[in-house]
Amino acid sequence: MEGRYMGKNKHLIIVAVLIVLTTLALKFLVFGPMFQLPVRASAEGTLIDTMFQGHFWMISFLFALIMVIMLYAVVVFRRRPGDETEGPHVHGSTVLEIIWTVVPVVAVIGFGVWGTVTLGQLLEAKPNEMVIEVTGKQWQWSFSYPEQDVKSPQLYLPVNQPVVLQMTSQDVLHSFWVPEFRVKQDLVPGRTTTLRFTPTLAGDYKVRCAEICGLEHANMLADVRVVSETEFASWVEERSVAIQYADLTPEQRGDLWHGAEGDGGFGCNSCHSIDGSTGAGPTWLGLYGRQETLTDGSTITVDEEYIRNSILHPNDQIVSGFNRDVMPQNYEELFAAKQAEILASDGIEIDIIADLIAYIQTLEE
Amino acid sequence: MKLKIWLTSAYVRGLVGQLVGTLLGIGFIEAIRGAMGLEPTGATFNLFGAIIAEPSFVFGAIVGVIGFLLAAGVFTDWLKWMVGKETPLHHGAPAGKPEWSRYLNVDVNHKVIGIQYGYTSILVLLVGGLFAILFRIELAQPGMQWLTNDQYNTLFSAHGIVMIASILLGVGAMSNYLVPLMIGASDMAFPRMNAFSYWVGVPSVVLILAGMAVGGWDTGWVGYAPLSLRAPLGVQLFLLGFWLNGFSSIASAINIIVTTVTMRAKGMSWFRMPIFVWAAVAASLIQFTATQTVGVALMMSIAERAIGLNFFSPVGGGNPILYQHLFWFYSHPVVYVFVLPGLGVISELLPVFTRKPLFGYKWIALSSLGIALVGFLVWAHHMFTSGMADALRVPFMISTMFVAVPTGVKFFSWVATMWEGKMSFETPMLFVLGAISVFLIGGISGPILGTIPTDLHLHDSYWVVGHFHATMFGGFVFPFFAALYYWYPKMTGRMYKESLGKLHFWLMTPGFWVMSFGQMSVGILGMRRRIADYDPLLGIERTHVLITLAALVIGWSVLIMVYNFISSARTQEVAARNPWRSRSPEWQIPSPAPEFNYDVPFEVVGDPYDYGLADAAYIQMTPAVSGD
Repeated sequence: MEGRYMGKNKHLIIVAVLIVLTTLALKFLVFGPMFQLPVRASAEGTLIDTMFQGHFWMISFLFALIMVIMLYAVVVFRRRPGDETEGPHVHGSTVLEIIWTVVPVVAVIGFGVWGTVTLGQLLEAKPNEMVIEVTGKQWQWSFSYPEQDVKSPQLYLPVNQPVVLQMTSQDVLHSFWVPEFRVKQDLVPGRTTTLRFTPTLAGDYKVRCAEICGLEHANMLADVRVVSETEFASWVEERSVAIQYADLTPEQRGDLWHGAEGDGGFGCNSCHSIDGSTGAGPTWLGLYGRQETLTDGSTITVDEEYIRNSILHPNDQIVSGFNRDVMPQNYEELFAAKQAEILASDGIEIDIIADLIAYIQTLEE
Repeated sequence: MKLKIWLTSAYVRGLVGQLVGTLLGIGFIEAIRGAMGLEPTGATFNLFGAIIAEPSFVFGAIVGVIGFLLAAGVFTDWLKWMVGKETPLHHGAPAGKPEWSRYLNVDVNHKVIGIQYGYTSILVLLVGGLFAILFRIELAQPGMQWLTNDQYNTLFSAHGIVMIASILLGVGAMSNYLVPLMIGASDMAFPRMNAFSYWVGVPSVVLILAGMAVGGWDTGWVGYAPLSLRAPLGVQLFLLGFWLNGFSSIASAINIIVTTVTMRAKGMSWFRMPIFVWAAVAASLIQFTATQTVGVALMMSIAERAIGLNFFSPVGGGNPILYQHLFWFYSHPVVYVFVLPGLGVISELLPVFTRKPLFGYKWIALSSLGIALVGFLVWAHHMFTSGMADALRVPFMISTMFVAVPTGVKFFSWVATMWEGKMSFETPMLFVLGAISVFLIGGISGPILGTIPTDLHLHDSYWVVGHFHATMFGGFVFPFFAALYYWYPKMTGRMYKESLGKLHFWLMTPGFWVMSFGQMSVGILGMRRRIADYDPLLGIERTHVLITLAALVIGWSVLIMVYNFISSARTQEVAARNPWRSRSPEWQIPSPAPEFNYDVPFEVVGDPYDYGLADAAYIQMTPAVSGD
């Protein structure tokens, strides 16, 4: 009888040693290289990465624990050829069941407290935060700096300056994610969501939309530049120069309107390319005078009237192969507001649609 | 003769009925619109030159489903009741037709329905898997190679919902076939409703696939508003197909619960039931109580698009976050509907192949209920980055991690069952071991998503994709395959080819490990979910090639299983009556099981898993009592 118990202990000791060794091997040789975080570029990343390491230890340990016991049992206790006997008649052990219920409960509470405290630190408002307003729309990002009074399609951030993003969406859900910053927040139409972080490492990164937002979701990216304070100041100065609309030709203005919202345009470029590549809408290269087949089967020739109508009432005449309800239907108001603003500031009357048509006419194949 | 039986089968009749019903429904609304001189609203569809408006299309789709069920004969008995006709339950093949024709027609026997669920599940699984292979090939390299963004988005969205339909069918297959056999009942409590549960799933899958043909949709399987409100017409058929599947879930769950509560054999107390029955009941409790919420969310989306009611679009004062709450209140618990029966299969098969009692039977049984309960309190962890109130995030973080506790009980009890067990490694046991390893990957990759600070990085990344594929494969696919191999001799009376079964396992398991860890690895580096193309600068190109290769290996291995099952049904030797030396009641009767399962009712006289105890009996066949 005693010998049998010694035998049992032998198995348990071997398994315990194997679990420890496997945990270490997994952490340093397998999961370590397999689960590499990107470069860390924010103060928040430090807190979060510490927690990641805690989880990686837990993952290594739990994987080792179950797999070692299972594979040990498979190899050592397996039925040998010809052995028709049954296993030991053991129904369970209440003590063991209680142990492996209570220990995980404690671990869960531990991680819960850790997570709660860390979350509190991540959400904390910091003194001297710089406010940046972020707008997402299919499939473009715009960043507006109310304190500096500039707008941009790129996100410029001074290094070590805490920022708070006030974010909203003009159409569907989007999500702000810069993997190097480690934090993420959805943009929700009709409400403002907030995200705080402090960039700590100068460099070029990208905002990557992380919530499925339709056709061009994969390409909804924006450049992020974390720069020194002086570089940021000179960038702000550069962006602050007001556009002199009177000095521009209609074609040049059309080019401007076609561009990103952050550059003072209306973001046509997020769907309508000028190089012939396919987007969510027809390319503008060679558009003027082109024969198009519409979804109702009729054909039209693209002229001024068609373009004007397609901007004001996008769902009226959809070119075959494209979808309705993709293009916003409020350009009439947006254009009117912009035209009034320019009339007030520059004293000239312009017709944005005419500018766009003039611009499209320059895009010959 | 053969061709005629196929052409007049309920499937063919149903599809014709669905087409006719759809056209009638469209025509009805279009006629009203024409008579009133109204312009078409919503997305339009060009049907041979006629412009069909979205509301007509939706109405047509609903009538089409009724058309399917009427033509297939699902409603026949109920309609006869309405006119006062007697409708005795018909058993066996229709007069003058071969036995196999039962499987192509509406039949009320639970074993026939279970097998119908089973092959439909595998068929739908192959379709969904094909979609995955198509877009995985696209993802092998950065840049768009052979799909457009539009096609990619439709394929990944369809992959998600088609696989979920397949899993629900697979769960239906296991619980319908096994529960009455295991508890000693002759059939389910409501045989006609059982047939309805299966048959309503067929037109729902047809609707989802048809949605791909009328413009597709780009919302993923979650169908978040407001994107779903702007998506192409295909989204309506997806929402409707998903919604209809809910009828199947609810009806089948009621049936399982009632059957288990009222029809157990004499002496079978709750803690003497085979453990799989516990899992089936726990899963049914979830299906029965949670499905309604997603039904509401889907129907609200359908109505918002089709008839202009305003629930979710902020433009009219709606709330897009509301959709997410309603959606996940079902769609998180339903994850446990997918995995609980699979975990039940693991617990059911382990004692047989280790020749030991199940370690901690009561703890495993109650942990199923524990998972079902806690599963209802964690839905908002899908919304940690959605912008819901900060104060709500913390309680959901804690409750989420508590799922680990009952899940841990299962893992520890399983390895304790294996400890000192006399294990043998036939294909079903291999798949059980594979399931435990894969579900373990799914389990340990979960808490890192549960704690909010780390989730802020991983949310909507490929880590999540790796995590839930591991839980779905470990909790459903591997155990389902184990169950198919294990009960194959029971269903067909013949043994599958062991060599092909082992080949299937040894291809699929390493393939899955590579795929799963690969997905997690690229996710942590910044690969987002649901993107048609990715940035090679993230340093994830080589891993993506590996993931695609692994997916191809998994795909081929499943085809090997299908070939094995089809060819073995004809050529393999007749299986022994109890090839696994199981104590479970269904193995004490001939295979395939007789029409009414047990010619003589049995009485439970012991514990179900007393392996290793000499002369211990679980059931005793008692002589028939006179009368009914």
